[in-house]
Amino acid sequence: MSDAILVLDRLNVSYQLDSSRKVQVVHDLSLEVGRGEVVGIVGESGSGKSTLGLSIPRLLPSNGRIESGQVLFRGQDMTRMDRDALQQVRGRGLAMIFQDPSASLNPTFSIATQMIDVQKAHLRRAGPKYGTKELRSRAVAALASVGIPDAADRINDYPYQFSGGMLQRVMIAMAMLLEPDLLIADEPTSALDVTLQAQILHLLRRLNRERSTSILLITHDLGVVSRICTKVVVMYAGRVVETAPIDEVFAHPKHPYTRALLRALPTTGRRGKMLMAIPGGPPRLTNLPDGCKFVERCSYAVDQCHQDEPPLESLGRGTVRCWLADRIQAESLYSDGVVS
Amino acid sequence: MTSLALQLVAAEDVIVEFEGRRRLSAQGRGTSTGLRAVNRVTLRIAKSEIVGLVGESGAGKTTLAKAILRLLEPKSGRITFDGRDITHIRGRSLREMRREMQMVFQEPHGSLSPRLTVKETVEEPYRIHDIPREGRRDAGELLASVDLPADLLHRFPHEISGGQARRVGIARALALAPRLVVADEPTSGLDVSAAASVLNLISALRDEVGLAYLIVTHDLAVAGYLADRIAVMYLGEIVEVGPARLVFEQPLHPYTQLLLSARPEMGDTSSVVDDVATLSGEMPSPRDPPPGCRFHTRCQFAVDLCREVTPPIEITTSGREVACHRWREISDPGPKVPK
Repeated sequence: MSDAILVLDRLNVSYQLDSSRKVQVVHDLSLEVGRGEVVGIVGESGSGKSTLGLSIPRLLPSNGRIESGQVLFRGQDMTRMDRDALQQVRGRGLAMIFQDPSASLNPTFSIATQMIDVQKAHLRRAGPKYGTKELRSRAVAALASVGIPDAADRINDYPYQFSGGMLQRVMIAMAMLLEPDLLIADEPTSALDVTLQAQILHLLRRLNRERSTSILLITHDLGVVSRICTKVVVMYAGRVVETAPIDEVFAHPKHPYTRALLRALPTTGRRGKMLMAIPGGPPRLTNLPDGCKFVERCSYAVDQCHQDEPPLESLGRGTVRCWLADRIQAESLYSDGVVS
Repeated sequence: MTSLALQLVAAEDVIVEFEGRRRLSAQGRGTSTGLRAVNRVTLRIAKSEIVGLVGESGAGKTTLAKAILRLLEPKSGRITFDGRDITHIRGRSLREMRREMQMVFQEPHGSLSPRLTVKETVEEPYRIHDIPREGRRDAGELLASVDLPADLLHRFPHEISGGQARRVGIARALALAPRLVVADEPTSGLDVSAAASVLNLISALRDEVGLAYLIVTHDLAVAGYLADRIAVMYLGEIVEVGPARLVFEQPLHPYTQLLLSARPEMGDTSSVVDDVATLSGEMPSPRDPPPGCRFHTRCQFAVDLCREVTPPIEITTSGREVACHRWREISDPGPKVPK
């Protein structure tokens, strides 16, 4: 895709555990986010999805390292950028919001100070020259646009004076100030009640529609994904195991892991029936099985799955990493819908 | 409605208040900034019944659950367990009552002592209640009843996963063979698959030993899957109670409708984000609840009556309960009043 805003090409990321041990958390991961696309990355805890999110703007903790591969943002490889170039891209090109907004804001400064500082830091070099007064009124306008009542007054408040839902709006407003091309959102609604969650997702979608900001949404919640994403990437043990357009992944999931995830969800339609939990737990990254990494929990596994790791191959409208994908797909045509 | 013989727990007209900080007023006397977390709530749970208590955070769900377990003492109202009034019991009789009702706390790891092994944890209720050896269940057997292998017995909490820790919490609650278990957000913080197996376990235990549950959750999917009946709480009050299937299929109260429309429905990829839930604001502070119907500030159907008069709880012909002046018009399958 030529209009991709972000291309990850065979990215490998690892953490140094101690002087002799290393664990690979993201493995040969390739992925594209098109201009104006909303891509959801889903997976269980430990699947490497947050590490992936952090490695794009190069915000990994000090023991994390991009071992190889490329992170192409607007065609430029971020893995090779120096500090200055990176700083140019962060904020204005690409912004990130996290699950806990209070951890992303400084408790000792007012929202106004922080929203003005962010603009000073990022708009100084390239952007139009604004005075502090203008920066402030831009900030007030941004807060109002994300639905914070009395924004002109509330901007003087400190983070602790906002509720969790309101703080997440502040974070989104802050990200919008810099008009990034890509927003990476790591579990932005996981700490919120359903009604607030719906409101925040609505905001993200508006941002996407009105400014065609691309969004990479990292979440464990398939419901959230189904509400705003156009494409889904399913991760398992640091690998992409399936990608598909949103309607496809719920109607015709192809990888056994995706199918299992959808089958384990409680719904009203499943009342009185046992839920199908996936046997075992996520594998330890320090001790992955040979062959397919899902093999130990897979109900379809055959000998080949234990020996060779399947490649990610095109199938239908998406891609899937499974030796048996063709067969499973054929079978699923006869089985009941996975989502009931 | 549950008949008296089948009824296990009843909270009637219960009020729970927290005292606030005492501030010095101009007159030099202390004024309280207390808040009423539960306001005149009535909720009944039958033997072997699973009741789901849902609502947003701050609605008072956990406070109500704690009052039912008598971990808190209500300011007024009545709580009965198996016909016995336990509203104000203390000391030895309260301790004895606790054997009948147990709680599984929200944080899987946070609710286990890091200094106790799994075996010591599940046996702790026996020590607290001075149960003689012959009255105790074997720790390995307790673990088996929650599908955990006996080789976890000598591990410490940090050595087990979140899903396992949650099961240990359930095993500890089961040790005294209670008749009611209150589970506060039983799947929060668990991955999809671990959550599924905890939910399976909860419903299996009801079927096998006839346990009654109060499931406190903000996750409507969990309540919809598990519960026989659903009680919806808003700002300290219960606004709707009914059989789970009916509440989900035809919610009567506008707040229930709002919650359900906000719920991310699996596989529904239509543009549901742009509906009423996105326009509905936040719950006001329980310190200063709105007059009249507490929900009126967020309700698209609110009229003057709602702003002035607290709606009574009405019981429908099908035995459902709803506290809304306009529920008949609103839940009518005909055209709705536009927002």
